Amino acid sequence: MDSNSLMQFAGAVASGAVRVVDLTFTLSPDFPVIVLPPEFGQAAPVRIQKISQYDAAGPAWYWNNLTFGEHTGTHFDAPIHWFTGKDLPNNSVDTLPPRDMIAPACVIDCSTDAARDPDFLLTIPAVEAWEKRHGRIPQRHWVLLRTDWSKKGWRDYANLKDDGAHTPGPDAAVMRWLVEERSVIGFGTETIGTDAGQGGHLDPPYPAHHFLHGGGRYGLQCLCNLDQLPPTGAVVVAAPLKIQNGSGSPLRVLALVPSA
Amino acid sequence: MIEPIAKPRRKNPLARTRLPTSPPHPRSRKSHGLTRAAAEGRFMLQRCGACGAFSYPARDACPACLSADLAFVDAPRRGTLLSETTLHVPADVHFRERAPWRVGLVAMDCGPRLVTHLHADCEEGRPVVMSFQLDKSGQAVAFAYPERETPNMTDDRQWREMTADPKFRRVLVTNGRSVVGQEVVTALKSAGASILFVGVAEPWKPFRGEEALRALEGVQIVPLDIGDEKSVMDLAADIGGKVDILVNTSEHVRAGGLLDRQGTSVVRDEIDQSYLGFVHLAQAFGPAMRARGADGVNSAAAWVNILSVYALANWPAFGAYSASQAACLSLSHCLRAELRPGGVKVVNAFAGPLDTEWFQTVPPPKVAPRVLASAIVSALKRGLEDIYVGDVAEDVRQRLAANPKAVERELGA
Repeated sequence: MDSNSLMQFAGAVASGAVRVVDLTFTLSPDFPVIVLPPEFGQAAPVRIQKISQYDAAGPAWYWNNLTFGEHTGTHFDAPIHWFTGKDLPNNSVDTLPPRDMIAPACVIDCSTDAARDPDFLLTIPAVEAWEKRHGRIPQRHWVLLRTDWSKKGWRDYANLKDDGAHTPGPDAAVMRWLVEERSVIGFGTETIGTDAGQGGHLDPPYPAHHFLHGGGRYGLQCLCNLDQLPPTGAVVVAAPLKIQNGSGSPLRVLALVPSA
Repeated sequence: MIEPIAKPRRKNPLARTRLPTSPPHPRSRKSHGLTRAAAEGRFMLQRCGACGAFSYPARDACPACLSADLAFVDAPRRGTLLSETTLHVPADVHFRERAPWRVGLVAMDCGPRLVTHLHADCEEGRPVVMSFQLDKSGQAVAFAYPERETPNMTDDRQWREMTADPKFRRVLVTNGRSVVGQEVVTALKSAGASILFVGVAEPWKPFRGEEALRALEGVQIVPLDIGDEKSVMDLAADIGGKVDILVNTSEHVRAGGLLDRQGTSVVRDEIDQSYLGFVHLAQAFGPAMRARGADGVNSAAAWVNILSVYALANWPAFGAYSASQAACLSLSHCLRAELRPGGVKVVNAFAGPLDTEWFQTVPPPKVAPRVLASAIVSALKRGLEDIYVGDVAEDVRQRLAANPKAVERELGA
């Protein structure tokens, strides 16, 4: 690629010919986080603690101290997050190859199914049906599962019942198939995890984590604005914080979309 | 006969909120024996170890035999009102704006004569019952009330100055997710609280008792996560000027001490949810409460902490939790001093293990949340500062007074 095309691209972003869609929720203390049984260690919630705000603690400047878990807000999962990926090379956010941070995306719209059934599971036949309309999923593409879950109020978004969360996600077979047969670079969802709320009861438990990270692939969750993306043709920019040996990180996820 | 107090009208926004003033507060070191009695709701007088005579006020030698052996002991409360005086124009600023104010002279059945504040239903020549109360300066004063209950007895103007009665007051209960929080809400509502603001953190998580809580009249569910500074500040911005009583029902109990715990995240959660949460609440709500200590019938009146009795002595089975509670206890004394200029009481309710999920494996006796809730309401109505709820708390207190080293060894055995 010559520098001219790169400049053309920058011009297209500036002119709006390439639209930049923000797929990120605001990182805030009240955003739901993953809930584990209380006897396990918990993700620290997002805390924003003011250092000064043009006041006695700092007359001309405003700044905050932040604390949060690696898996809070819109966030990235690196292979080291799951036991299946623990021995892979370059498996943490500080060592993952920068070129993997920019990749095209296929968006599978399951919003109608998810509206009908909060426990909706994506299956191989459903993806094959999508491929009939939009073509085979190319290698090293993100697959983003659109459910419109991000449009819900927080309570319905977390949708916790006394038998756990009820949110849509992939079944075990499709995860294995996407990783092994389609060589996806990663899988992204609007929900709190890449797995379904009841994903712990699948075989293997949490198949998205199991197969993605075991195969050295990535996860994105708590995405929004997927409804603004075309089924194919968008490019996702997802660069997690370079946390030493980090298993994941909140991040800004951007999608570049050609204007219609 | 006392007229029942009426529900206060909305404030006139053109009128200045009166600043709190303190009654005279200097006391001798010895007389803090009475402060302790008042804080715990006991009636204690000095009694001579040599001749057995009771004496008052506090002193260093027995007025009957000059013995220095004068310990404070629980004393009989009954006496007779000899005379009554109504002060119409007191010289002291605090009492001047509360005039007319009644005081009297009581002859105790056990001997001493006391100058005392008077309940309006006390009559000259009639029997009275005595208590020591903490006044708006936090110091012990004698208070006489009729031997038998009279109509609307607790609505007495002078009595209400000595207490933090929830009647017609607006209360913030910081955590409505827990059984303790819900029992406190119910108890305060029966005690006549006018509005109950009930904090709920992470409202996207359902919890047991939620529907019943939401259905209670007078309850306003408010978003409050005390571990989050901004959440606390935001709530104070909304309702800080309307909180007359704050009951911190937040609890974060985890078993374990130091060596068998991996890492510090649980310890950190304990500190976030207890100590830092307390700091956030105090900084957000404390200043307005202190300023509203004389704001009419529903003035700011009290701040209630629920503390583990193991704040006083570490219980290694819950060792890190005990330490976080000790930090809160220390902080409560700081808060008490800082709220005192407003006349706002800080009530510490010490309890042993509660009959809740996180003490599941601890054998009885355990404190039922309902018992804790009613003890808190009773402490507010009586104007107490330190209460020990249940057998375990009382036991730890008594053993600590006898031999703290023995408590340390036994709790760690």
